[in-house]
Amino acid sequence: MAEEARREFWRWTESNWSNPDIDWKGAKIVTLGIDVGSVSSQAVVMTDGEIYAYSNMRTGSDSPESARNALNYALEGTDLPESRIDYCIGTGYGRVNVPMADRTVTEIACHARGANFIYGPEVRTVLDVGGQDCKAIQCDERGKVTNFLMNDKCAAGTGRGMEVFADLLSVPIDEVGERSFQVKEEPAPVSSTCVVYAKSEATGLLRKGWSVEEVLAAYCAAMAERIYSLVERVGVIPEFAITGGMAKNRGVTERLMKKVGLQAMKTRWDTQIAGAVGAALFGYALVQKGKGRK
Amino acid sequence: MLTAGIDCGAKNTKTVILKDGKIVGKGQNLTGFDQAEAIKASLEAALKAAGLKEEDLDHIGGTGSGAAEIKQADIKVNDIKAMAKAANYFFPGSRTVTDVGAEEGRAVKIDEQGKVVDFAINEKCAAGAGAFIEAMARALELPLEQMGPLALTSDKTIPMNAQCAIFAESEVVGLIHAKTEKQDISRAIHDAMASRIVSMIRRIGVNPDIAMIGGVGRNPGFVESLKRELEVERIYVPEDPEFGAAVGAAIVAAEEGR
Repeated sequence: MAEEARREFWRWTESNWSNPDIDWKGAKIVTLGIDVGSVSSQAVVMTDGEIYAYSNMRTGSDSPESARNALNYALEGTDLPESRIDYCIGTGYGRVNVPMADRTVTEIACHARGANFIYGPEVRTVLDVGGQDCKAIQCDERGKVTNFLMNDKCAAGTGRGMEVFADLLSVPIDEVGERSFQVKEEPAPVSSTCVVYAKSEATGLLRKGWSVEEVLAAYCAAMAERIYSLVERVGVIPEFAITGGMAKNRGVTERLMKKVGLQAMKTRWDTQIAGAVGAALFGYALVQKGKGRK
Repeated sequence: MLTAGIDCGAKNTKTVILKDGKIVGKGQNLTGFDQAEAIKASLEAALKAAGLKEEDLDHIGGTGSGAAEIKQADIKVNDIKAMAKAANYFFPGSRTVTDVGAEEGRAVKIDEQGKVVDFAINEKCAAGAGAFIEAMARALELPLEQMGPLALTSDKTIPMNAQCAIFAESEVVGLIHAKTEKQDISRAIHDAMASRIVSMIRRIGVNPDIAMIGGVGRNPGFVESLKRELEVERIYVPEDPEFGAAVGAAIVAAEEGR
């Protein structure tokens, strides 16, 4: 039982939102974007290219069910019926398993397009740090991808790596960033690249008398270095924006931005919905061009 | 000539006493967090097994990731050299040797005298080290020692996509949920790790006489996967392969101390 309780530290807060000011009844086109990632899933409903409702939740072991749950959660508390949706695009790691999708689009294209919407057309470099991958994407003023690099082979520098640490140190994942700054002096980054080894290294540091906060700081710094090496290879063109769950962890983002030497763009939206927003926008463009459902 | 070779590894510390080219004593201890303590204990155990005292030894060779902590050693032995010497000692015909331990994997190409020609090391990623199978054993809720024998009972090839130990854990959980038999998952795990080691061996060149040392050599499931991946008839594994590098260090200590 204690073991079960301990495992929950990686769980971040799930959320949904809808805009009460939008009257969907008057909308011409309603589109849905569903991003089924390896760790989290999002559904975004757009009315005439504006965000009407969204949800953000954990992906379960079954992709179709995760997509369905995300959609239900997004529509919860709204009176928009599912039948009102004109078009749906699936994206993300599990995009081929989105049952309600009319089409799929790669997450790279969706993240660039979505970042262009939630951060504005000035964004040129999008860093998406997701649950099991990390992508650095360059895009133009219309949110079209011009170049990208991706790490989906190694957990170091992905959200999963951070979850492992949250569990190890029994620190709720949402508090990792704050606590990592509660140190007198910034420690040296954890030297191991591999999360498995970094875990043993951290255990050794704790036994040597390091505080949990110091270990968090050392791991956040290591993660920032790891992510930076990907960003550096693709090259940073301002404006720079971060999407995905890691954007909410300032322990990593602030250390990363110090290395990049820029300020990351700010947004009022949940950074994790970027991919689903992009998908919904691609759907909107298709329907506008008369290429919707027959 | 009486020498000791001490190999302080990530997980275990091993000592071998060599008397005129013959192994006369062995000692092993978990490395834990106090390397100095583990080194002392393994040396004492080996001396006891050989019926000797530390002052009887002519030289002590130290090797492994914790070599810096081996204060007893008067000769520091490079890890790669130690494994090359060990392979040449056990299997004089071998020209390729791989050493797979808890947190590292290596491949070395040697000549007929056991001199190093070329080598490759992985110490950055757990997917090519014993830690990988350990993590997977935890995911499967099986004791580590059962993993290899269980894999041998499977004849199914299931590809594993994840190349990272952390991601592979989720993949294994997925396979369990999909009701895949544990022996088939175990074989897939060993195959995945073997393919990592093989890609490292291929970088230095494969030949038909491959020797293997290091603790993972004890795992029959892994050795079988390695054979399959390399498409070779057999892999030469000494008795107690985890003592390989310690034997090599004792040999180098005898050669250099002469």
